[in-house]
Amino acid sequence: MQLTVEEQEMLDGKYGKGTQIAMKIQVALGEVFDAPRMVPVSRTHVALSNQEADLWFVEKLVNAGARCRISPTVNPGFNLEYFQCITTISKEDERTIRRTRQAYKEIGATLTFDCTPYLEKNVPRFGEITAFSESSATPFINSVYGARTNRESAQSALCAAITGRTPLYGFLLNENRKGQVLVDVQADVKNDFDYQLLGYAVPKKLQFKTPVFVNLPTGPSPAALMNLGAQLNTAGNVPMYHIVGVTPEAPTVEEAFHGDDPEKVITITQEDLDQVHAEITDPVGKIDFALFGCPHFNIDQVARVAELVKGKQLKVKLWIMTSSLTKELAERMGYLETLQASGGDVVDDTCMDQPCWEFLYGKKGVTDSPKCAYYTKRRNMQFVIRKVEDCIEAAVRGEVS
Amino acid sequence: MSEIYACHKVSEGVIEGEVLISTDDFCFYLVDPKTGVVIEKNHCLEGQSIADKILVFPSGKGSSVVQADGMYQLKMTGRGPRALIIRYPDTVLVASSIIMELPVVDRVPQSFYEHVKNGDKLRVDADHGSLTIIQ
Repeated sequence: MQLTVEEQEMLDGKYGKGTQIAMKIQVALGEVFDAPRMVPVSRTHVALSNQEADLWFVEKLVNAGARCRISPTVNPGFNLEYFQCITTISKEDERTIRRTRQAYKEIGATLTFDCTPYLEKNVPRFGEITAFSESSATPFINSVYGARTNRESAQSALCAAITGRTPLYGFLLNENRKGQVLVDVQADVKNDFDYQLLGYAVPKKLQFKTPVFVNLPTGPSPAALMNLGAQLNTAGNVPMYHIVGVTPEAPTVEEAFHGDDPEKVITITQEDLDQVHAEITDPVGKIDFALFGCPHFNIDQVARVAELVKGKQLKVKLWIMTSSLTKELAERMGYLETLQASGGDVVDDTCMDQPCWEFLYGKKGVTDSPKCAYYTKRRNMQFVIRKVEDCIEAAVRGEVS
Repeated sequence: MSEIYACHKVSEGVIEGEVLISTDDFCFYLVDPKTGVVIEKNHCLEGQSIADKILVFPSGKGSSVVQADGMYQLKMTGRGPRALIIRYPDTVLVASSIIMELPVVDRVPQSFYEHVKNGDKLRVDADHGSLTIIQ
């Protein structure tokens, strides 16, 4: 790889051991993907996870003196103070989250603790070169904004934040952003939840190609696009998609494919969506809780749930995970009060894949997010997956049928 | 008699072990770190252990943190794979492997995939770009 004088000095240790480790990893990455050189990044986002590997790596860099040149926004761990009020947090888990917060603060991250920074605090312009980790974020950055990022890991994004560089390869290059497979949507996609199923159904038929969707409604909500990307990138590694007439690099089918023919055409039918839905959901029956916000709900989604529960009493506890800004706004708008009156709540700075939910292990919940259900396999939580309206109905009855 | 195939280094290291093939993409987070057993629902290796295997699979999958988290836990318990052979390298899997110092190779000829089977003893030399099936 061709390095500038400054990059070479980072690699040689002139900027300290921490920066050297980061640059070493990035050079190794660049070599795997045949990157000719590094390019500067202007935004970064680190998918902090508050798990052993995450803490081990960030502390290793902090202790080696690393500081971020491009301050990254970060994903949530869990809201210690909130959960200490509603359950018991083990000493060990408390220690871990405190150390995670401290290490990211010291390394120079912006402590947003939110997995949808692309909606409110870290918004790129078209064509901007960035390094975003977090599976719902990378497709949004590439597809919806037309900014550029590879599908960074939490660690490679942190390295980019430290060096202010990323190797030039993959989705940073024009030629790799062209659509490859035409996805003809024959299913009836009518709400945000259908985008979840669509995102989960497509990767199986794609084989690592960039999809170009046609026959989807124009004017999808931000949540629909967020859901589509999050599920595409969970069920498969799909960090970019095009929707003809919706996303900026796909004004027409021809432009989406850069003038070439699609390598393949696939059709997604209602049957495909129904089948994937049946595959990923746990069996129906009595439920113990309802959980939303994977990825974090935006204010429109919080408003929708508040509207649905208004004046009702829920049989089971309900939580919506969101950013601290959205929670603040929910309070100001009265949504929080409505939710709390019915037995629900909004929790900020928290991810579902965290030990704070231990009191729900072995129990069954309802959620609108396949991604939520996918990762909690590790935590022995069961999920029936339904659209938001049906989730609320289930929470009122204490049962999904 | 042994058969040698060329490959391309993703993450350095030289190691021998027994082959385990996954036709499905792989997420290290959906492996029980205590046993090395795959717990992902409907995965072709569900219920099988990847501990000490040379794992052959198409590609990584899963969000940007879970590969490193899963690999790290397996490394700590010693129930992880010895090396990986992949077809489609992605940034998350590559970065995680380099950081966790797990040998990984790609760009393996099709003839390797035609010959290799579960239980074969294999030597992976990522540093020199070679795979040897030891018979």
